[in-house]
Amino acid sequence: MQQVFHRPVSLKDVQTHFCPGCHHGTIHRLVAEAMDHFELQQRTIGVASVGCSVFLYAYFDVDVVEAPHGRASAVATGVKRARPDSFVFTYQGDGDLAAIGTAEIIHAANRGEDITVVFVNNTTYGMTGGQMAPTTLVGQKTSTSPYGRQREKDGAPIRMAELLAQLEGVAYSCRVAVDSPKNLMVAERQIKTAFRYQVEGKGFSFVEVLSSCPTNWGMDPIKANERVGAEMIPYFPLGVFKNVGNL
Amino acid sequence: MGNEECRKTGEFCLDPRTVYLAPDFVEACVQNNRLFVKGNEAVAMAALEAGCRYYFGYPITPQSDIPEFLSRELPKLDGEFIQAESEVASINMLLGASATGVRAMTSSSSPGISLKQEGISYMAGSELPGVIVNISRSGPGLGGIDASQADYFQSVKGGGHGGYRIVVLAPASVQEMYDLTMLAFDLADLYRMPAMVLADSVIGQMKEAVVPHPRPAVDLPAKEWAVQGKGGGEQRIVKSLYLGDGELEAHNWKLYAKYEQLRGKEVRWEEFLADDADLVVTAFGSVSRIAKTAIMQAREEGLKVGLLRPITLFPFPAQAYARITGRCKKVLDIELNTGQMIEDVRLSVTKDTEVFFYGRPPGAGSLPTPEELLEQIRKHY
Amino acid sequence: MRHDVFIAGFGGQGVLLAGNLLSLAAIAEGKNVCFFPSYGVEKRGGAAMCTVVIADGEVGSPVIGNPTVVIVLNQLSLEKYGSRVKPGGTLVINSSLIDSSAFARTDISTYRIPMNEIAMELGDARMVNMVATGAYVQLTGAVSDESLAEALKKALPERNHRFIPANMKAVAAGAQQIVAQAG
Repeated sequence: MQQVFHRPVSLKDVQTHFCPGCHHGTIHRLVAEAMDHFELQQRTIGVASVGCSVFLYAYFDVDVVEAPHGRASAVATGVKRARPDSFVFTYQGDGDLAAIGTAEIIHAANRGEDITVVFVNNTTYGMTGGQMAPTTLVGQKTSTSPYGRQREKDGAPIRMAELLAQLEGVAYSCRVAVDSPKNLMVAERQIKTAFRYQVEGKGFSFVEVLSSCPTNWGMDPIKANERVGAEMIPYFPLGVFKNVGNL
Repeated sequence: MGNEECRKTGEFCLDPRTVYLAPDFVEACVQNNRLFVKGNEAVAMAALEAGCRYYFGYPITPQSDIPEFLSRELPKLDGEFIQAESEVASINMLLGASATGVRAMTSSSSPGISLKQEGISYMAGSELPGVIVNISRSGPGLGGIDASQADYFQSVKGGGHGGYRIVVLAPASVQEMYDLTMLAFDLADLYRMPAMVLADSVIGQMKEAVVPHPRPAVDLPAKEWAVQGKGGGEQRIVKSLYLGDGELEAHNWKLYAKYEQLRGKEVRWEEFLADDADLVVTAFGSVSRIAKTAIMQAREEGLKVGLLRPITLFPFPAQAYARITGRCKKVLDIELNTGQMIEDVRLSVTKDTEVFFYGRPPGAGSLPTPEELLEQIRKHY
Repeated sequence: MRHDVFIAGFGGQGVLLAGNLLSLAAIAEGKNVCFFPSYGVEKRGGAAMCTVVIADGEVGSPVIGNPTVVIVLNQLSLEKYGSRVKPGGTLVINSSLIDSSAFARTDISTYRIPMNEIAMELGDARMVNMVATGAYVQLTGAVSDESLAEALKKALPERNHRFIPANMKAVAAGAQQIVAQAG
């Protein structure tokens, strides 16, 4: 009998703390599979951010540095410059990357740091209890936008993958989702492509992954999963916005 | 003279095989076997000699000689120089580089150091070494670029959140800018914590003759905590998050134990004519130099005055104050602020010691002269 | 032995070069030196000042409230710093650019030297600082002429070493002024 499905070796054999229906676990798995695919586990240094993603070291069986809130791409810059032979990735949420860490992500991308950034966009601050994020959709109610996000007052949600694609230093930028088997397969492929850029030393790669947050959205896992396709994807279109090497 | 011989004698060494001091630069400033350089340049040279090959910074007056020097020299050494988008980014790049086990440095001046406090707190919490140079300027706010000691509290009391300490060294000469920068790297590695060199524009901009000692041989622990990719070994994690029952408390006590160890083993200070003094002036950094001339003038007048100059601001040389004030009952504390170190001085002197204060908060035209300090000495003698 | 001098002028007059030169000469003689520069906020043409302290032992303060010798190269510097000369000290005035008719301190020695004219006669107005340096060295003996000549090699970039003889002439001319006026 042939084993066709197994836990990626880069992922620890532990239960996650993520809420039922949250996509973090799935995204972790895709990242670990990409890591296995390129046999990167032994030379990977992950950079954890602040938020639900902070426990990176508890799930990935790789070396990890924990960064202050928003600073993961600056920390990753220091790591990669000091250890250019290592594989360096950050795993950041939307509050972390698109609000408090905007300067760091823009400039790491613009310098073309040879790192890979996995950006999880669930339109809210997860760990702090569902406050409004820079990616919160217009009209979306959160604990700090109880009347719904207002475009006039709060601005429109930021599309990071498109924004970063404008920068010369970015080699690869895409947006994926993991809400359906079809999208998941595309996500798996594009995360690998992002990894390939760094493996081949071809520059900064960025993957935005749309994710559900059932708990903070006040939805059951199925409804939350449906919202990704129904509300998020229309505003945050999936696709590859930059692929300089056609990898 | 070869490097090994230099190490033994502690003398001048320009052996390019083992000491890197920027050969073109040295050629331009070597005179009579000493280097005539600015304090800031001495910091940069010492960092290179200490084996630092990674620098992350952001321009700010009056420390820009440091990044300028290193941006020129680091590429020649296969090192990395990044002018970051902000002070916040640069301290976090330092955090990242340091987490991999290399020697790395950042420098800035007061407002920039404020921005770095977040990263310094994380580094302290994550037990990461790393050297931070503060060529401080006046404040609060934008203040000015004048020589200042107003960052004493911020430096020695843990400038960021969470209750931590970092090593703080206060050079008072260009030679000390060189020597203490090198020491900062060693102490940071020995105790796994950030170390700061705290100076100001007087010490940073003035030029003196420096003997560039080669890096001293120090037994440093292997960095078995550094993240470098598992490479077949155990997973390594550099973090400051401790959520388990009792974990964080234990972690804080562990950090505290290191601070106690520093207080016991690493205090450094200078005494100048203090043995027979009836009045001891205490001051650090730039103002201690001004005080020295005032003390020499006072001695010419027959006043028995001496100086106690802390070199390590953290750990504070409390034992030196206790010993000196066992005999001398008058201490005059002089600072370029409205009174900060004086709190530590008061905690360190014997109970029956009178502590006087003379301060000049920093600003244009507020740097005291030796004559002015002599007046204060006469007043309190 | 201790010497301290404060030199003030505007950017471009070579104030800092003069201070560097004195420092390098003193280091060549094995003395301890502190050179402390300060500037106005302007990037060009603002005030330029420096203090040089030379000592056999501890240098002490990089700043001196009442310097033993003050050299002023422009009018503003006289007005700001003329009063600071230590009683019994010496003030050297660049009389080419400074009207000092109203300056009346009698507790110090004052020398008025037409530094710009002297420098121009020797071929280059930029040698004002060398005339000033020559005057200072003649006054104090802080360093030797030989050390100064040697230090010029360090203070000037290689491409300007051909000007060293002319600079030393300016130094000599400055010294000559002191000799003549002390007469």
